[in-house]
This record gives sequence, C-alpha cells and structure tokens, in this order.
Amino acid sequence: MLKCDGLTLAVPGRVLAREVRFEANRGETWAVLGANGSGKTTLMHALAGLAPAMRAEIALDGKPLGGRGARERAALSGILLQQEDAAFWGEVLEYVLLGRFAHARTVFGWSREDEDASRAALAAVGLDGFERRSYRTLSGGERQRARIAQLLAQDPQLFLLDEPLQHLDLRHQVAVLRLFGSLARKRGKAVIMVLHDALWPAQACSHALLLYGNGVMESGAASAMLTRDRLERLYGCPLREIAVEGTSFFAPV
Amino acid sequence: MSRPVALAAALIAASLASLLIALVSGPFPISARVVLDSLLFPMPGVVHDIIWQLRAPRALAAFACGGLLALAGALLQALLRNALADPYVLGVSSGAAVGALFALAAGAGATLIHMGALAGAASAIVIVFGLSFRTGEWDVYRLLLTGVVLAAGLSALVSLTLITAPQVQVKGMLFWLMGDLSYADGPLASWIVLIAGAALATSGARGLDLLSLGETKARSLGLPVKALQVAVFGVAAASTVAAVMLAGSVGFVGLMVPHAVRLMGVAAYRWLLPLSVLLGGVFLTAADTVARTVLAPQQLPVGVLTAIIGVPLMLWLLGRKRLPT
Repeated sequence: MLKCDGLTLAVPGRVLAREVRFEANRGETWAVLGANGSGKTTLMHALAGLAPAMRAEIALDGKPLGGRGARERAALSGILLQQEDAAFWGEVLEYVLLGRFAHARTVFGWSREDEDASRAALAAVGLDGFERRSYRTLSGGERQRARIAQLLAQDPQLFLLDEPLQHLDLRHQVAVLRLFGSLARKRGKAVIMVLHDALWPAQACSHALLLYGNGVMESGAASAMLTRDRLERLYGCPLREIAVEGTSFFAPV
Repeated sequence: MSRPVALAAALIAASLASLLIALVSGPFPISARVVLDSLLFPMPGVVHDIIWQLRAPRALAAFACGGLLALAGALLQALLRNALADPYVLGVSSGAAVGALFALAAGAGATLIHMGALAGAASAIVIVFGLSFRTGEWDVYRLLLTGVVLAAGLSALVSLTLITAPQVQVKGMLFWLMGDLSYADGPLASWIVLIAGAALATSGARGLDLLSLGETKARSLGLPVKALQVAVFGVAAASTVAAVMLAGSVGFVGLMVPHAVRLMGVAAYRWLLPLSVLLGGVFLTAADTVARTVLAPQQLPVGVLTAIIGVPLMLWLLGRKRLPT
C-alpha cells in the first residue's frame, strides 16, 4: 500500500532520521513512536504528500506521491492532523461533509451518498445527534471525534493518524483504536498512527516504527520493536515491564 | 424550508422591490403602476425615457456594483482568511483612484477618467500579484502585506493629487473617492462580470469551505490549493475593477455584506456567495435611491450613505442576543 524508500527527515539545522525505509501493507496497523521533536509529525506530513520536497521517495500503490493529483491522492490516503489552523464556523455535519471533497461529484451542494457517508461516520464515533450542532460549541474531545468522523467520511485506503487519542477520555480511546483496528483487519485498510502512550502500541498495533531523533530509525513487527531496552533508549527514561497474559506493557519506574 | 433557501427567496423578492422603488423614485413622480405598465407594454414618451434612459441604467448599475463588491469582499475574506479583508485591501481601488484622479486633474472627460481608473487598477493588480508570486512560492500573508503596503503608497499619491489639483476639480475627485454612481456607464459589462464571477465562484465554493480550514488541511482533503487561490484572486480582482469602474470606491458594502449574511446564520460558501451578491445589490440600490432623492435636487455620493444606513443595521445584527449558528 505505502512504500517509503530512503526518505530523510530533517528540520532546519538537524537531521532527524536518515534512510527511512518501510512498507505498510493493507491489514496492518503501525505505531509511530518517538520523543518530542523526533520527527513524527514531519514523517506523517511527508507520507500524506503535504511536504512537496519529500514526495519522490514515497510510493502509494506503486506510484510515487508526486505522480498523483491532490484529489486522487486524497481518495487514497487521508491524514488526521495533530492540529488545525482554524476554527470551523458551520454545523458539525457540514464539517464532516468537507471530508467528502475528493469523492464529491455534484456542482452545488452534496449528494445523498456524501451525506449518508458523513452521517454514518458521525455515528461511528458516537456523535449521532450532533449533526446540527455548531462545531465551535463542541468540547475538545468531541471536536477530536468530529475530526476523526471527517477522516472516516473521506474513506481513504491508508489512514495516517497524528495523535488520534489526544483529548479523548479512556472509553473513547479504546473505541477509536478498536475502530481503526477493525478497519485494517476487516476492510483491508492500512493504518499508521502516532502514539504517545507506551501502553497502547502493544495492544493495538501489528507493527511499530521508532524514531530516535538522532538520525536513527527502526521498524518491524510490534513484538520485535516493543522491548524495554528499545523504549528506554527511545524515551530516555527507565521503564518497568509488566506482562499480562503474554503481552508486555511498559510503565515508568 | 431551510434557512439559506428562505433567505434566498426573501432576498430575491427584496431585489425586485429595491429595483422597482428605484424606478419609482425621483424628482419626476411616476407611480409603481405606470412603471409596471411601461415594463409590460412599452409606449414611447417622456415617462418611458425617464424610466429606461435614466433610472433603469442607474438602478441596474447600483445593483451590479453592490453585488460585485460583496462578491469580491467574500472572496478576499476567504482567500486571505482575514475577517477584515475588503475589496480594496489589495490596492486595486487605490490604483484606480490614482488613475481616475490624474485624469480628473488633467481635466479629462468621462471616458478618459474610466480608462485612467482601469489602467490604475490593472497596474495595481499586476504589481501585487507579480510581487507575491515572483518567487514561485505563493504566500497569502505576503499577498496581504504587499497589497496593504501598495495601497498606503497609492493613498499618499491620492492625497497629493487632491492638494495640488485646481480647486474646481476637487469636488469631482471627492465624489469619485467616496463612491458615486452619477457617471456610471451602461451597466451591461458589469452585469456580465457579476454573473460570470458569481457563477464561477459558486462552482468553486466547496474549495473555499475547505480553504477556511487552513491550507494544510485543505490540501490533505484533496484541494489543489494554489490553483484555487489564483482563481479566487482573479475573480475578486475582476469584480473589484468592474465595481470601481462603475462608481469609484464605495465603502462598507464589500466588508460588511458578507458578515451580515454570516450573522444571519449562513456559513457555507455555496450559499454565502450568492446571498452576499443579492444583499449587496439590494443594499446599494436602496442606498443610491436615497442618495439621489433625500436632498434632491442635490445628489449625494452613494458612498456616504452606505455607511450611514449600513452601520445601524450592522450594529443591530451584531447586538442581537444570540448569534445564529
């Protein structure tokens, strides 16, 4: 689905990761882990085609990112941004409908199909009944769920999630991870998400990509990547390993 | 009936009413019945001439000018993502003003004044667009600042012209600067710009909605951001030029009409744009009717009245307890 071949992540004056190589296939759920400022968001933007300088090394369904138009790319891959620049002034349903841009065929307004997809997306994140609410009046967590609903309405094959769990309470964190897990397993989507919690990756992800921020990156199956040794180096703090029913979890000492 | 549809119906009715009132009002009394008769069964004569040679072109010019300014204002507010943007923020009207005032100072006739305004506006557009696009990296922030800086320089030129011009020509210059419809040419060309511009902009309204979420977000949802921004700039500039050519720089309409529509609970651009065009047209037609009748035979520049009438209405809208949406 997505192939990243020798990408270099850099911010002015510093190389964050050299030669980033990995391939995310349909049905896989990837965790991107790293300390603050290690290049997670830079990587996600590059994978979404939002960084024009970093399009050559990334291929989507066998075709380089630069070879597709904006609309065609958005129908294949969608990103949940960590932050949005502006507040939206309309109703929640109008906001979610904007996710349908890449699919919309009508000249004026939206089709029944777009509207059905958007209502279903709102229901999937537990926001049914919020359609006519003003987006501005939503709480932080509700806003995050509305943004996830917009991405679901976009219905891409590859989901790029930059901190999907921010602002969410525990119940909704579980619900969101289950939702994307089942999209990968049952509907053959590929999911790549930036996570900050050392607890979730082992439960929710099949693969992991570690960005150490010093030019080094590692990627592979979650079971191989999520070891105490690696995570201690990644976050620079001592961890305690807790094994429950065969799965290892990590908590700060 | 949803809110935008209801508003559209009300504004279409108001448009027809404002045009009819404009045809009825004036120093020569003509009743609404006579106007309607003249519309349906044209009979040559003085009444017919007053309606069709004098009042109708003026009313249609006022409507087109208001619609064009509201359209340009709404588009520039979307493009610059700035609520204070108006059609004049990018220096187009200042450029036109310099051109028109130079022509006036030289004692030129109406045609040359129009050509001067067009040349000035076109130069301002080319300079602003050229400077902002020069490096190939299109940046809306730089576009806004370039426009504001250029407008400041051009305003200084306007002041200089006003101070050094012969006394007899200053009043004409002030009328031009405040916005005045008495020298409006045939409104056909402006109506073509208005209808084409509004149709084009409305067909790209979904993109404008996306743009309001920020450029990165819009790009991630599949919008070719730069292409849209260039197109929006083009339509806004053409609308502004067409409006300025009709009436000079009429203030208030372009800035406030889109906000008035937003305050009435319409945010989606596919509705905001056509409703702004209608409201702008109604508003300027009504303001111009007052401008030429309230102190008749003295004619006031319409630009003075847009603010005098518009400010209380806008404050009332703003002061309502619960803002819709």
